[in-house]
Amino acid sequence: MPDIGVEIPARTVVTAEHMLFDAPREQRYLIGNEAVAEAVKRANVDFVVVYPITPQSEVSHLCGDLWARGLIRDYYRGEDELHVMVSAMGAATGGVRVFTATSGPGTMRAMEAISCWPGYRLPLVCAFMGRGVGTPANIQPDSVEIAYLLETGMIIFHVENPQDFFDMTIAAYAIAEQPEVHVPVAVFADGFFVTHSREVVELPPESEVLARYDPAVAPVPAMDMETVPVRMARDCLVIKSNFISYNANASWQQEVWAAQHRARKHINRLMGGSVEVLHPDAEILLVASGSAAAQARVAMQEARRQGLDVGFVKIKVIRPFPEREVVEACKKAKHILIPEFNMNGWLAREVKSRVDNNSRIFAGPRVFAGMTMPPELILDEMHKLVGART
Amino acid sequence: MGDTVTAGSPPRAPDPRYRVVAGPEGYLSPAAAAMGIELPDEGYSLVEGESISDSLAPDIIAERLLEARNPTLFPGPLVLWGWSDASIRKARALQELVAEVPGMKMIPMPDYRPKYPKIDPAIEINPNHPNLTIWHNEIDVCVFAGVHCHFANIALKIIRSGTDCYTIALCGERGHEDAMVTMRDAGDVKVASITAAVRRLKAGGHDA
Repeated sequence: MPDIGVEIPARTVVTAEHMLFDAPREQRYLIGNEAVAEAVKRANVDFVVVYPITPQSEVSHLCGDLWARGLIRDYYRGEDELHVMVSAMGAATGGVRVFTATSGPGTMRAMEAISCWPGYRLPLVCAFMGRGVGTPANIQPDSVEIAYLLETGMIIFHVENPQDFFDMTIAAYAIAEQPEVHVPVAVFADGFFVTHSREVVELPPESEVLARYDPAVAPVPAMDMETVPVRMARDCLVIKSNFISYNANASWQQEVWAAQHRARKHINRLMGGSVEVLHPDAEILLVASGSAAAQARVAMQEARRQGLDVGFVKIKVIRPFPEREVVEACKKAKHILIPEFNMNGWLAREVKSRVDNNSRIFAGPRVFAGMTMPPELILDEMHKLVGART
Repeated sequence: MGDTVTAGSPPRAPDPRYRVVAGPEGYLSPAAAAMGIELPDEGYSLVEGESISDSLAPDIIAERLLEARNPTLFPGPLVLWGWSDASIRKARALQELVAEVPGMKMIPMPDYRPKYPKIDPAIEINPNHPNLTIWHNEIDVCVFAGVHCHFANIALKIIRSGTDCYTIALCGERGHEDAMVTMRDAGDVKVASITAAVRRLKAGGHDA
């Protein structure tokens, strides 16, 4: 701990359940970046490594402030995102609680390291602040980044607003560190729409923190001489693949995805499930995630005011994909619209591949590259679908 | 089960017919969790994928051990190293269990690294090819204890995939879906309850 002449506040250890459900909450007016930093403050994080990138830069700065106040045990700025994500991997492999964050091109640069995290069974938490990643170069909000992360083996949450960003980051640590889960969690926020939108966020007391991470219950031994029982190799098997069973490598991959399945009951316990469903018997269903869910929610309210029979499904958890919940929620709908903040419609593909009679699905409306999605755009598509133009 | 069942990526709907039974299950068997098998809640164990009360599991395990031709304990690093009072107590309890089951052997899983040129299956088991140890020693019932969960799961699945060995996992954490029987939170007390069940069955005339 650095001697920087500040008094480190005494803090009380509480459970994630207490912090999420029982603790008194105080209203603050925060942008998403500030909300996630408040979560890091309460998550008793050992190590933060970051490289600032728009629209993530504020959380890099704010985590530095937390370190200066003694609320994070170690912190530094990496040389670039690949350095950052490899450092995060090293720290988590050594058995400490890690937070990092990046965005768009930073995610792409670090993808080699990020794709290794689940296989090493690292319970670190990374906030992805989504922005465009190219085609052409773009600094504006876009959720296409999730499409690149879908098959990494990470658990993926998609937040709707700064409140979600706080709550889901706390839940992320509690879920990721379950011994039978122990894979990383990506907490994904749409850049600017969430990271820089200022909203009322209800926070539990700053004096309460989660218990420290305990590497002794991890499903893999920590690579640290101070963590018993002993330092031992846990190399990925491909390193010596000429003498081992390829079945072992395949089974290792299966185990990562098995861990995702095991996360479901903890997601249900700590996040109230993977989906939020309103008016499930409606004729028209809006299915969305992230800030598209916020716009769809407003569109649903307006449509119902106009007399349309519209329901709403917010998909909070993208991996493990809530297949049963989505199939159940879509069972009665005649029309399903899936608004998204990306060009290619990855969420629509996820839903289409699971529900039957998927000709019911209209994969849109979609906007991207920084364009906004007014609720009227969604309303207009609904009216087109039911043949009743406004 | 059928021949080859592919693994659970992306997550799939659970198969209500799926049971975790002795293999060989196929070329690449699925992780049981991907087939809808869920770990037991506190106070419960899993038998072939079904949740049962912890109070029933010791008798089931004891019976399997006593009926086995070649029962074998695979102790892992968490009980091979005396790194905590709890690990020492569990290791001693496991030694008592092995002593109580006629003919039961111990073959350690001392670490997890792939080894050149290959392991000696007569003296150790390795998570990368646990089937070699099962085949070489003709083990029909085995008990995993003190193996880190990730490596236990990999080994249990490979054993189910390629051998007919009946697997039992005494897990200090949440249990293992890929074992035919698993107890969670299994420290020295739960191991001792299995030993007590073995003694009871033997006293009742159970013929090993």
